[in-house]
Amino acid sequence: MDILANLSLGFSIALSPYTLMLAVIGCFLGTIIGALPGLGPSNGVAILIPLTFTLGLDATSALVLMTSVYYGAMYGGRISSILLNIPGDEPALMTTLDGYPMAKQGRAGDALVLSGVASFVGAFLATIGLMLLAPMLARVAYLFGPAEYFALYLLAFCTLGGMASNNQAKSAIASCLGLGIAMIGVDNNSGLPRLTGGNLHLMDGIDFLVAIVGLFAIAEVFFFIENHGKGSAIGVKLDKVTIPWKDIMETKWTMLRASLVGFVAGILPGAGASLGSFLAYMSEKSIAGKDSGFGTGAAKGIAAPEAGNNAAAGGALVPMLTLGVPGSGTTAVLLALLMTLNITPGPTLFTDRPEVVWGLIASLMIANFVLLLMNVPMVKIFVRVLQVPAWVLLPGVTMISFVGIYSLSGSYFDLILMVGFGALGYVLRKLDIPTVPVILGILLGGHMEDALRRAMVLSDGDATFLFSSPISIGLWIAAILGFVAPMFLRGILRKPQRVTD
Amino acid sequence: MKNLTIKAFVTGAVLALGTAGSATAAECIAPANPGGGWDFTCRQIGKIMFDIGAVDKPIQVTNMAGAGGGLAYNHVVNERGDDADLIVAASSATSTRLAQNAYAGMTADRVRFVGAIGADPGVIVVSADSPFKSLGDLVDAIKADPGSVAFAGGSAVGGFDHLKPLMILQRAGFTDITKVKYIGLDGGADAITQTVGGFTQAMTGDMSEIVGFLKAGEVRALAVLTDERVPGFEQIPTAKEQGFDVVAVNWRGLYVPKDVSDDTFNMWADRLQKVADSDEWKTAMAANGLAPFTKVGGDFQSYVDGLVAEINQLSKDIGVIQ
Repeated sequence: MDILANLSLGFSIALSPYTLMLAVIGCFLGTIIGALPGLGPSNGVAILIPLTFTLGLDATSALVLMTSVYYGAMYGGRISSILLNIPGDEPALMTTLDGYPMAKQGRAGDALVLSGVASFVGAFLATIGLMLLAPMLARVAYLFGPAEYFALYLLAFCTLGGMASNNQAKSAIASCLGLGIAMIGVDNNSGLPRLTGGNLHLMDGIDFLVAIVGLFAIAEVFFFIENHGKGSAIGVKLDKVTIPWKDIMETKWTMLRASLVGFVAGILPGAGASLGSFLAYMSEKSIAGKDSGFGTGAAKGIAAPEAGNNAAAGGALVPMLTLGVPGSGTTAVLLALLMTLNITPGPTLFTDRPEVVWGLIASLMIANFVLLLMNVPMVKIFVRVLQVPAWVLLPGVTMISFVGIYSLSGSYFDLILMVGFGALGYVLRKLDIPTVPVILGILLGGHMEDALRRAMVLSDGDATFLFSSPISIGLWIAAILGFVAPMFLRGILRKPQRVTD
Repeated sequence: MKNLTIKAFVTGAVLALGTAGSATAAECIAPANPGGGWDFTCRQIGKIMFDIGAVDKPIQVTNMAGAGGGLAYNHVVNERGDDADLIVAASSATSTRLAQNAYAGMTADRVRFVGAIGADPGVIVVSADSPFKSLGDLVDAIKADPGSVAFAGGSAVGGFDHLKPLMILQRAGFTDITKVKYIGLDGGADAITQTVGGFTQAMTGDMSEIVGFLKAGEVRALAVLTDERVPGFEQIPTAKEQGFDVVAVNWRGLYVPKDVSDDTFNMWADRLQKVADSDEWKTAMAANGLAPFTKVGGDFQSYVDGLVAEINQLSKDIGVIQ
């Protein structure tokens, strides 16, 4: 009953009218930040950290506010994915695949409510997991060395073949393009710049938010201009907003499985929410099989990535709190917040500062419930966005994207780069090459290369090192199966056509 | 003293008026994303300066990540050369990269280093179950078979974390330094995880990165790279007393643009000194594993100059730069 006692300690710290108010404000701000393209959870939280100082908040209040913003942004990212086909942040990328087609069928409200519930389930289960298992799960990070991480990323790339595209070759080209872009910047293993052309702005590589906003939002603007505003992808049909009980019940197992996958991905410091939502989506897709309609607006295709990325967000807190290793960009920011509050996460945090840990867990719970309650009624407000004419909405979104991207590094170079990505996105879409694998290549490619290079340094270039542990062998087998299986099954399973727009 | 501050303030404000057009709150650029050491420096020093009344408005923190601080350095040199309301977080990494010419040809004399108030002592740690009991054991093992020990650290190859073990080995008379294995991870905690997991045999990093793991008994610190043992961590022997004369600390400090007046420079030095003397800073240092290391003003500038020269020579010796 230690846990109950600890939990009540946490709630006694985190639950007061004042902190509840902060939670509501934080959730609201977070949802907006998450929904705006270019403003992801990490820069959202970073922008708001100074606010906690100017408001003179104590440690608990600051934590409640920031975790609310964090979870809020994880919820919010799905909104623009579903309504505009523009991911609000990188973990919401996978939600575009089914969320947007569903919205196009006039079920935008359903998609938003369903994804909201999935987000809740993912985040709730992850918080429980964090509560019960964190000290134990911290050991998992010790089992993953360079070889294991490499195999894990390889698994992600191998399942790309089954990605929602009717042409495998184009999907492969797109991911290679992403991998190539991921190579730009200073090489971690030699300290030398690659493909930068001597440009200082490219030394740290290309921020994936720049790529996402360019490939999705800016490319959309180009299409809009080309069509003189007619036949734009923006402007989905809108019906009455009801709670889609049937879809929710149908996807309950999907949500549970996706939460588990996401949580595990979150725990691994090198993986994070994007990999979590990606693996959750792909595993559900393969479980669902041929008639699932994944990629055409399937309920499961919305529930899986949302449960997955929110569970990963919770999972990422495990290494952050117990090892001080941030599992994602956002947890890195939360880590910074803790450090400015003079709290140093590490293996002893749970025993040394239980009030901080349990206060944090309690505030996560509070934020999660506030978000669920807030999101269902707020759906009506969000779908109103769609009634704004596209010629107002698109420039508005673009403007916000510019501001968001500028806030990343404060340099106009990123803005130019973003427009460049917009042009690339336009060309790719004209050629019917999917853009999602490009982003995944950028997101995961750099990590995969680092893992491989580290493994090679450690083993003196001996390739067998990559298969030297049971975990890596298991991941290799899964990766090979994921790659080969679709080839053999293709004759049997007829792939659903992707909605290409 | 107070008069000087006020005078400096006025000078600063006038200068800011002349250049930026308005006297706004001072700005601290953290040349990295939120969460790192530079971000900590800006936020913590900025917060304390305001809390103790050294500045009258909260200091704005701007994160300007890019090229390991090079982007911010270029920005300051080229665009803010005389901005009196600007401070920039710096650390050993800044001087290392300047020494290695990694800021696109920018040299260390293009800004003024105003002071450091705290340093993260360099450490070499191994996992608790490692056979290496002292720094000597580790060095002997590397001398016998350079491939048998791999170091993990939070900086890229050629970075400060990488240089630390190389400096030790060089003092120990081991010259084949390019044979030493090192992998650069995304931070010190990540490097420890790899070491505790047994993927690398030792970790090179800063004291603040190992505090939690040390308390939990997951790692054993073989040596701290300071002159004296660090208060609060008296059980860790220095490299010096084990016969390896290496001192490597990751100082946390600030630089200001080159063309600010001496008054402005002294004003910031003075403010920094106040932070260093405050109880808030002492608490923050203790919580983050920083050891006292206060050098401000001209004293610090000459320290940095010496450091840059030393690292430049070392980097040439080990072939990181030509």
